[in-house]
Amino acid sequence: MKKMLLASTAAALVATSAFADAHAKEVKLGIEFGFTGPIESLTGPMAAGAELAMKEVTDSGMLLDGATVTSTRADSGCIDNGLAVSGGERLIAEGINGLIGADCSGVTGAVLQNVAIPNGMVMISPSATSPGLTTMEDNGLFFRTSPSDAREGEVMAEILQERGVKSIALTYTNNDYGKGLADAIESSFKALGGEVTIVAAHEDGKADYSAEVGALASAGGDLLVVAGYLDQGGAGIIKSALDAGAWDTFGLPGGMIGENLPKTIGPDLDGSYGQIAGSQGNGIEAFTKMAADAGFDGTSPYTPESYDAAALFLLAMQAANSTDPADYKEKILEVANAPGTEIFPGELGKALELIKNGEDIDYVGASAVELIGPGESAGTYRMIEVKDGVNETIGYK
Amino acid sequence: MDLLNALIAFLNYVFVPGVAYGSQLALGALGVTLVYGILRFSNFAHGDTMAMGAMSAVLLTWLFQSWGISLGPLPTALLALPFAIGLTILLLLGTDRVVYRFYREKKAKPVILVIVSLGVTFIYNGVTRFIIGADDQNFLDGERFIISAREFKTATGLEEGLSFKTTQGITIITAIIVVAVLFWFLNRTRAGKSMRAYSDNEDLALLSGINPERVVMITWMIVAGLATIAGVLYGLDKSFKPFTYFQLLLPIFASAIVGGLGNPLGAIAGGFVIAFSEVTITYAWKKILVYMMPESLEPSGLVQLLSTDYKFAVSFVILLIVLLFKPTGLFKGQSV
Repeated sequence: MKKMLLASTAAALVATSAFADAHAKEVKLGIEFGFTGPIESLTGPMAAGAELAMKEVTDSGMLLDGATVTSTRADSGCIDNGLAVSGGERLIAEGINGLIGADCSGVTGAVLQNVAIPNGMVMISPSATSPGLTTMEDNGLFFRTSPSDAREGEVMAEILQERGVKSIALTYTNNDYGKGLADAIESSFKALGGEVTIVAAHEDGKADYSAEVGALASAGGDLLVVAGYLDQGGAGIIKSALDAGAWDTFGLPGGMIGENLPKTIGPDLDGSYGQIAGSQGNGIEAFTKMAADAGFDGTSPYTPESYDAAALFLLAMQAANSTDPADYKEKILEVANAPGTEIFPGELGKALELIKNGEDIDYVGASAVELIGPGESAGTYRMIEVKDGVNETIGYK
Repeated sequence: MDLLNALIAFLNYVFVPGVAYGSQLALGALGVTLVYGILRFSNFAHGDTMAMGAMSAVLLTWLFQSWGISLGPLPTALLALPFAIGLTILLLLGTDRVVYRFYREKKAKPVILVIVSLGVTFIYNGVTRFIIGADDQNFLDGERFIISAREFKTATGLEEGLSFKTTQGITIITAIIVVAVLFWFLNRTRAGKSMRAYSDNEDLALLSGINPERVVMITWMIVAGLATIAGVLYGLDKSFKPFTYFQLLLPIFASAIVGGLGNPLGAIAGGFVIAFSEVTITYAWKKILVYMMPESLEPSGLVQLLSTDYKFAVSFVILLIVLLFKPTGLFKGQSV
């Protein structure tokens, strides 16, 4: 038995080294999203989006003279820092060249501080939106293809004002994302002359939100803004508020936009509105079509941003002619922004070729990527209104 | 008109949710108190017994729904309830046979049984998650409201709406029926009387020819019934999620102890005391006060004693106060 084991191990060793030779250039990208937890219904399409970009690059054969791009997934749990950090460490141990993620703001900060900075790994998050991440010390290792919530707060305040809302009650999920977004909405709305009657936290994972809704209803307001998660307490608050007849319409920031919400709440949600990071134009159209061909929903929140995150990694690697984070981290802003030839989804092969020939590119991608400040998206928002049980896009801001 | 609005707001946000929650706690506390009074230990597994019972009801409800059976405006879960109780009885009798009987025969101290029940808790907890998963499950069907807030507003022309959910109505009615039947059973039937005798004095009961194993069996059967009913009602009214039943253990024990452990009447009173304290202390009274007071006296703040985050702390505090000043509880139970 022992001999056989030894023999097979030896054979495996030989086989792996042979395999490694054949693919001398293999680029490994880690994907760390909350495949379990409060936004689990979003992360499936997000990961598929990132992997679509990797496949496109592999198929083009243009990256670093025919390198193959493979993805390794890890679970961040969205709100579980311990799980996220151990997942990130596992990815490092597996020898990734770049980390796409994490998804929720709290775990993203934790992975950045505990995994990425000590190991000098570059992270591009498609969906972490907390304003706190803008100022966090990151040694130039952290980027995001999603805008900061500070911007979302301004956009939401403008939307509310345009609709003639004078006062709002505000509840947020009790974590980095919720608190940051609630602060942004509160200060922006007040700056525009609106009144915020109450700002109250809610905990996720409770069975009963009638006490929270009671307090919110007592404070009053034209509209209840729920800065929570659609698969979690956010949905519970809305259900409970509708049951008690406290509000009929709700303001829905990014974390609440998803197919699941109208599905779980039903027709009573019609007329509620909100916004989520997203863009219009050729980029998103091309991407949606590619996603449909690949068998997933490209309009699902943060899915285009995930595609862009993966694409940015690979373009920057090409520009630096290296898969070492220390080399290519300087190139990310360069490939993302003007000047250069505009690159849309499906044109990654062309982009790689241009870079190889020493030409500049301006990656537009699926979400109109324009990185500002310390490497975060400038931010266009898709305005959503729930009509007949479906999230309908009613404009862009 | 303003007074009427204040009254409706009070009913809608405080009274109706409080009564429904109180009934659910009272049913849970009754089970805990029966085990304590007759089997003489604090059964920490009660919360997860509720989860197991509710889970059986959820699975049976889905089965009935797939067969196309329904109760019209009432939730199908009510039809599944008797079968779920049967399953829970089997579960508890099995657990007693495998676990508790061993310690009972050794005359183990109550504290050992408490720790044993904690072990049973984790096993139940794991089994529940293994079978149905850790997520929310929806098993409510039928008519959702007896009175919906919107209809109430259009019908009365008042500013405030009153909503009364079907599940709240069912909870309250079921609780009344169950309590009535339980008291009739304990006070009027031979089996009930022998249970009380066994609870008062075990040795005397043995001498008068009461079979202890039979008393234990009947107790577990009643506890299974109470736990399943409480679990299903809570799941219907709020939502079925295995972990919330574990969290529910604290207010349930608080209710039983506040009322007086081992005293069924106390368990019911305790349930309502805890429920109403939680709701009233964390409610923001601004709305009601604005209706009731003249404009000059209207409060500008929220008039909320504690933020809703501290809901569970309220039951802790009440528990501590009662234990400090009245260790036997409001209704003279056994001291802990």
